[in-house]
Amino acid sequence: MNISQSSSLGRDAWVRLRANRMAMVSLSLLVAISFVSLFGPLLSSYSYDQQNLDHIFKSPDSTHLFGTDNLGRDLFARTTYGGRISLAVGLLATLVSLIIGVTYGMLSGYAGGRIDSWMMRFVDVLYSLPFIIFVILLMVIFGRNFLLLFLAIGAVEWLTMARITRAQTLHLKNAEFIEAARALGYSHARILFRHLLPNLIGPIIIYSTLTVPAVMLLEAVLSFLGLGVQAPMSSWGSLIKEGAEKMDAAPWLLFFPGSFFCLTLFALNFLGDGLRDALDPKSSKD
Amino acid sequence: MTRLIVSRILQAVPTLWVIATLTFFMTRYAPGGPFDAERAIPEEIKVKLERHFGLDQPLLDQYILYLQNLLRGDLGPSFKYPEWEVSELIATAFPVSLTLGVLSLLVALLIGIPAGMIAALRRNSWMDYLPMSLSMAGICLPTFVLGPLLIFALSTKLGVFPPLGWYGPSDWVLPSLTLGLFYAAYIARLTRAGMLETLQQDYVRTARAKGASSWRILSRHAARGGLLPVLTFMGPAFAGLISGSFVIESIFFIPGLGKFFVTAAFNRDYTMVLGTVLFYATLIIILNLLVDLLQAWLDPKSRKEK
Repeated sequence: MNISQSSSLGRDAWVRLRANRMAMVSLSLLVAISFVSLFGPLLSSYSYDQQNLDHIFKSPDSTHLFGTDNLGRDLFARTTYGGRISLAVGLLATLVSLIIGVTYGMLSGYAGGRIDSWMMRFVDVLYSLPFIIFVILLMVIFGRNFLLLFLAIGAVEWLTMARITRAQTLHLKNAEFIEAARALGYSHARILFRHLLPNLIGPIIIYSTLTVPAVMLLEAVLSFLGLGVQAPMSSWGSLIKEGAEKMDAAPWLLFFPGSFFCLTLFALNFLGDGLRDALDPKSSKD
Repeated sequence: MTRLIVSRILQAVPTLWVIATLTFFMTRYAPGGPFDAERAIPEEIKVKLERHFGLDQPLLDQYILYLQNLLRGDLGPSFKYPEWEVSELIATAFPVSLTLGVLSLLVALLIGIPAGMIAALRRNSWMDYLPMSLSMAGICLPTFVLGPLLIFALSTKLGVFPPLGWYGPSDWVLPSLTLGLFYAAYIARLTRAGMLETLQQDYVRTARAKGASSWRILSRHAARGGLLPVLTFMGPAFAGLISGSFVIESIFFIPGLGKFFVTAAFNRDYTMVLGTVLFYATLIIILNLLVDLLQAWLDPKSRKEK
């Protein structure tokens, strides 16, 4: 693979992304939200689980930037701490789905023939299942285990990734550079991971950006059903649930976590669209 | 067409078997049992109960017995409410979820398709930008944020609709809006993209050249192809409506099947969990088949491939 060629492709994409105002706004927003989530808990003089029953339902002021909840816990600390959890779940579960989906799709497409058609049939069958039910079942039965949360969500979200990777692999596997690698007598593993994989990066990045919000949404749904992270820990989903219940008394409890969550989803969706336009100008729609 | 139906049915049987097996052993190997209530029951009663439900038999025998009953269409009695059959519980709760699902779908289609069409026809005007920005906001506003907001605005402040419960048609409005608006937003975008593509096709230009009215072009020529992306989206949308209804039922305190399922899972009500999972799976398989049949009817190209 020609190194200078690939770096100029990346630079090309970066230039195109820079020109997309919506994508750049989204990127800055994401950086800002990640920054606040990462360092907010350190900057706040309260911890996310510190109760103060003398200061319950305080509306936002200079001591409690986002107000306090029914146990007098500082909402700023809880929102930023929840951001860490939500973003971590989003990224790690996407990584899980990425590893499963890309490996599966690549193997299926590269193998071809009957193996390919069976492997894809399996994906079709899984596609037609109400997977949320299994995730709920897993979370209810085996308790709210953090690791399980990643695995369960990742296991649900890998299907589309596998399809995309397979299609791309089918497209590339007869390309000249793969043929050349085969003629040189390289092993299948080497061809798959050293030659094929680098050329799949574009679609993988694009789809990952769109998987992160989907995963965060799923985590929030689980938290909302009371199956996500356990109190006193918080995630945006669990905070929104608490906020929704106490909306009449303390609307800020819904407003702040809700805004953070919606803005993040908004930014991720726009960034995904922007990346698609930047990395794959052909597929962009008007 | 017949081949598609037959092959789907043949495919459905092993799928359902895998689901039944997976769910059966997953629930059984999980810690806890249906009679481990917080209020401990005396040991001898527990033993009697377990014998009554066959829980003292070897697991494999229970599994085979369950499959045999399943083949006869018998889902067994609920462990938590022994006086009820699982099928009776599903028959009570599902119509509620179905009403919610159908109404939400109507909201989604009746708002989404016209909005998308208008946006495509009046491209790059305010009639395009306004619905498209609204739909972007709709996509990023999850149901569990939108729901409480709608309750706050239309119920707490204005008092137009009741905030929760499921007693009459006035209770139906807020839940269906909450669930439907998200899909309306999505459908509007898909409709716009699909319509923009078909409106550039040669056959649409031909129709226009022949002097067909713009309404006729829209309804007879463009809509058929332009709505295909919407139809493809319906498959995942049905699955989404089901999981969405879990959240909606929990926000608005609606006694639907989703709520029953989550409760049953918490209670380790083995037969109820299995029955609900199989019911949902069958439902999704049927709905997906319907979507594919509709697609084959609308798009002759996909008919030939299959």
